[in-house]
Amino acid sequence: MTDVLHPSLLLFFGAAVVPLLRGRAQQAWMLLVPAVVIAAVYSLSHGTAGAMSLFGMDLVIMRTDDLSLVFAYVFAIITLVGALYALHIKDTTQHVAALVYAGSSLGVVLAGDLITLYVFWEMMVFSSVWLIWCRRNPASMAAGFRYLLVHALGGVVLLGGVILHVLDTGSIAFEAFSADSAGFYLILIGFMVNAAVPPLHAWLADAYPEATVTGAIFLSALTTKTAVYTLIRGFPGTELLVILGVTMSLYGVVYAVLANDIRRLLAYHIISQVGYMVAGVGMGSIMALNGSAAHAFTHILYKALLFMGAGAVIHMTGRAKVTELGGLYRYMPITLVMYMIGGLSISAFPPLSGFVSKTMVVEAAALDQRAWVWLLLSLTSAGTFLSAGLKLPWLTFFGKDSGLRPEEAPWNMLLAMGIAAFLCIFIGIFPGTLYAIMPAPVEFNAYSVGHVLWELQLLMFAGLGFFMLLKRLEGANKISLDVDWLYRKLLPRLATRAQKLVDQVWGGMLAALMGRLRWLVTTVNRHHGPQGVLARTWPTGSMVLWVAVMLAASLLVYYF
Amino acid sequence: MDVGKWLEYLVDHGRVVRGVVYVVLAGLVVADLLIPSTYDRFPWESWGGFGAVYGFASCVLLILVAKGLGYLLLYRGEDYYDD
Repeated sequence: MTDVLHPSLLLFFGAAVVPLLRGRAQQAWMLLVPAVVIAAVYSLSHGTAGAMSLFGMDLVIMRTDDLSLVFAYVFAIITLVGALYALHIKDTTQHVAALVYAGSSLGVVLAGDLITLYVFWEMMVFSSVWLIWCRRNPASMAAGFRYLLVHALGGVVLLGGVILHVLDTGSIAFEAFSADSAGFYLILIGFMVNAAVPPLHAWLADAYPEATVTGAIFLSALTTKTAVYTLIRGFPGTELLVILGVTMSLYGVVYAVLANDIRRLLAYHIISQVGYMVAGVGMGSIMALNGSAAHAFTHILYKALLFMGAGAVIHMTGRAKVTELGGLYRYMPITLVMYMIGGLSISAFPPLSGFVSKTMVVEAAALDQRAWVWLLLSLTSAGTFLSAGLKLPWLTFFGKDSGLRPEEAPWNMLLAMGIAAFLCIFIGIFPGTLYAIMPAPVEFNAYSVGHVLWELQLLMFAGLGFFMLLKRLEGANKISLDVDWLYRKLLPRLATRAQKLVDQVWGGMLAALMGRLRWLVTTVNRHHGPQGVLARTWPTGSMVLWVAVMLAASLLVYYF
Repeated sequence: MDVGKWLEYLVDHGRVVRGVVYVVLAGLVVADLLIPSTYDRFPWESWGGFGAVYGFASCVLLILVAKGLGYLLLYRGEDYYDD
């Protein structure tokens, strides 16, 4: 594999041309570029390309194998879907940012060495932040800066880990890390920031709901899933990740119950779903790793679909809070149906896509006899259906009538949702097409009677619980504290206090210094001032007397 | 096919929909009790109807725990961060 075109280059070139185009030409270009990228990715064969030596390091810009291709395929697909969804937007900055962001993500999953990976990793941060800032309001500006700071910090940790790793092993190749290499934990933390593993997750639920309606589609798909890819590649079988994965899956559903902003609710479900993938990486068996990769693939599609549905509601009504929405099913029925396909997919309802991938991770826990993991991931399943499958659509599209009378979303948004919905159904009905591209051969039948009966009981009875407790679930006009409280409240508060302390000390020192100065000035003033001893004018008579005394003295000295 | 009309129809016949759902719920439990389990990795996989109990309990537990945490600890006014 030598003469191949790196798909990222196509996207970067596409992004560079976007500002030169206007109107329909720009729209056509925004669809053409991702379409060409899909073709380019599907034509990739296994192998490496772009090997070069730089400052004595052997870079491998592109490595394609089964694992990297799973992610490359779905990234390319979602870029087209996202671009179609954003087609009506006349904001060149957003279009450029989206294409560069998608290109950088592809660069990460295709990178064969850690230096290339790091460069694309940072490019992702600096391109994606514009998808938040382009909302152009104070909240999104602030959230964008916090997003940037957290990721900049994560990037530094990652870089530190890479340097230690290279010093230790002498190799920059990106393969599974061994726990005895010095950079192991730093690299792990760097990856965990982007995978939004608690307590490093708060940036996600903070920033995604403030992003533009269309930018959130790219955000929901790319950052966390490139991190899942790097975890699968670098840290398979790291036991710590099982605990963290299960924790984050539960963490996400608990916060989703509390969320009032519909995209914040969905953002917490990203954290929760990525928890399954992280837990799968931690278990490290073939079934588990296949499950993580498969779940990342389906997750990107149904999560984008959910964000598109929620985004369509925000775009048409200008409102994002559950408490301000309701009764929209009459006015946006197609959006509702599309959203529900995503909602049932994320809940793993058979026969939709989430069912054929999530059950693989849960099955891997069963095969390893990990009872707690199995039970808690099942609990999360019920919780997912509760918030993303029932609470959000019920309170947005049914529930009380909010008085809103929006039109149906524009055709390009509906079509983008339609493509994602079709893929959710298609993968659910023909799981073999997904299993065929997994990194290792898949020996798993999701549609066994046992699986289907278990999952349907679990979800349907969770639904029963939902409707029985509906009154308790209605949104509250509140926000929930999360770890970001540390840097949004505690840190500023400490800074203010520190500033006050410095003020006091400084003031005290200054006062002491002023005291000494004042004493000096008074003393000098006493001697040299207008009334001072040394400033007195002496009468001429005494002058003559003193001269006479001196002359007499010198005469006496001379005489003897 | 007019999706809106179809939804309207379902909403208008809410009672029927609810009845159908109850029948499905009961049917699932009955089916799970009758069909012998094919899995035995965990003891509960052979308990008919356990999925129903677990799903319902999970849902109730999550709502209570989350809302409890919310009201005791986590909820703040929407302007909490705007100083």
